[in-house]
Amino acid sequence: MDTTAVSTGTEGSTWGGGNRPMKASYGKLMMWFFIVSDALTFSGFLAAYGFSRFKFIDSWPIADEVFTHIPFYHEPAPMIYVAFMTFVLIMSSVTMVLAVDAGHRMMKNKVILYMFLTIIGGLIFVGSQAWEWATFIKGDYGAVQTDGGNILQFVDTDGKRVAIADFAIVGERERVQQTEQVGVWYDSEGTLPSYTVEEVITGLEANPNILVRTQELTDEGEKTVLSREESLTRIKNNGKLVVEGANLRANEYGSPLFADFFFFITGFHGFHVFSGVVINIIIFFNVIIGTYERRKNYEMVEKVGLYWHFVDLVWVFVFTFFYLV
Amino acid sequence: MAEAHAHKLEILRGLLKFKSNTQKIWAVLILLSIVTLVEVVLGIYKPQALTSPLFTPFEGGFLSTLANIVLSPFVYLKTLNLIFIVLTIVKAYYITWDFMHMRDETKWLRRLVVWTAIFLICYLIFILLQEGGYIESVYSTEFIKRDF
Repeated sequence: MDTTAVSTGTEGSTWGGGNRPMKASYGKLMMWFFIVSDALTFSGFLAAYGFSRFKFIDSWPIADEVFTHIPFYHEPAPMIYVAFMTFVLIMSSVTMVLAVDAGHRMMKNKVILYMFLTIIGGLIFVGSQAWEWATFIKGDYGAVQTDGGNILQFVDTDGKRVAIADFAIVGERERVQQTEQVGVWYDSEGTLPSYTVEEVITGLEANPNILVRTQELTDEGEKTVLSREESLTRIKNNGKLVVEGANLRANEYGSPLFADFFFFITGFHGFHVFSGVVINIIIFFNVIIGTYERRKNYEMVEKVGLYWHFVDLVWVFVFTFFYLV
Repeated sequence: MAEAHAHKLEILRGLLKFKSNTQKIWAVLILLSIVTLVEVVLGIYKPQALTSPLFTPFEGGFLSTLANIVLSPFVYLKTLNLIFIVLTIVKAYYITWDFMHMRDETKWLRRLVVWTAIFLICYLIFILLQEGGYIESVYSTEFIKRDF
């Protein structure tokens, strides 16, 4: 292969190759370009969330009433768990940047330790997010959906939320879940809600201290609670379906779009965290087998570090726009 | 090696200076934790005084319209949300500048990344929020926005 041209006659001139534009290596520069484009993707999603939220600004669910759970603790406590998740992610960003720093100083064992801690932090975060999803999907109070897709929730006279399970009166049931064996056209259907609208209505009639809460926000930023008579007529005239928890079509917290965006954006972010963890594990093993020691630089750690910090950066915005604002 | 990875070891415009990069990293962690803590506390307690915008919209001619546009974060945004957004940008700044080492990159790499992203994101946000607000007003005014 001696015939391959190795000299172009331009060595040493600006465009002769081997230059590092903006004093960054090719890999780092490309990682930055990728991050810019990925940031635009996320902004697209978050801006779309903002669009839908502005569209329904008078009836959007209040995040503090939706994300109130902490594992093993049964009182409502908004913000605490998501603050913990945020802190875990920031902490794993710190261990990542410490790994990069140790790499600059060619300290292999420190890189291994810090990469390991970063991976653990990432796994805790993904696990927390899975738990958050599970809680969100399961729901806690249940609600009735109207013909128009609005959500009616239940409160007692003090304004405290009441679960449908606590007041619905179960009567004779004729409706059974359709299965393939007995269904017309051998068609099956999804799980039926635990209660029918009629059972909710009888329960509501029997409990004079329970009122219906609609999605409309008052001037104080709270949900509107209807009077007793209005509660009954609203449920009787418009109630269509009992909704428990959340899926892509309906959710007990309010506008279906709220759950759609929650699943999509935190899901997309969670997928980034997951792939970040996988990439970190690959690099972690490369560090252990000494790949970068032989290469005499740990720039690869720096590049995955950039990606990892970016995931943290995105979470900072998701946290603000889903949980705070 | 040390030459190639020279770090700028000060934050807050030189207010805090550090002896090593590791020290700076921990300081940034403390800073980010404090900011997050402030956000969480405000998020839980939602002080009543902060739940409305700072000014009511100016009324009158062209100049007040202009003032409403220029001062829109103070006219149309609840003070609490404005604080959250500002704090978020503060956090994003420190993550990018110190964790992603943007502080140590050349000026044009920094501008290339930051200006591009900021410009396009602002554009996107403006278009979508404007349109969302328009549709909301169509809904709330019985489907007729401009009755010509």
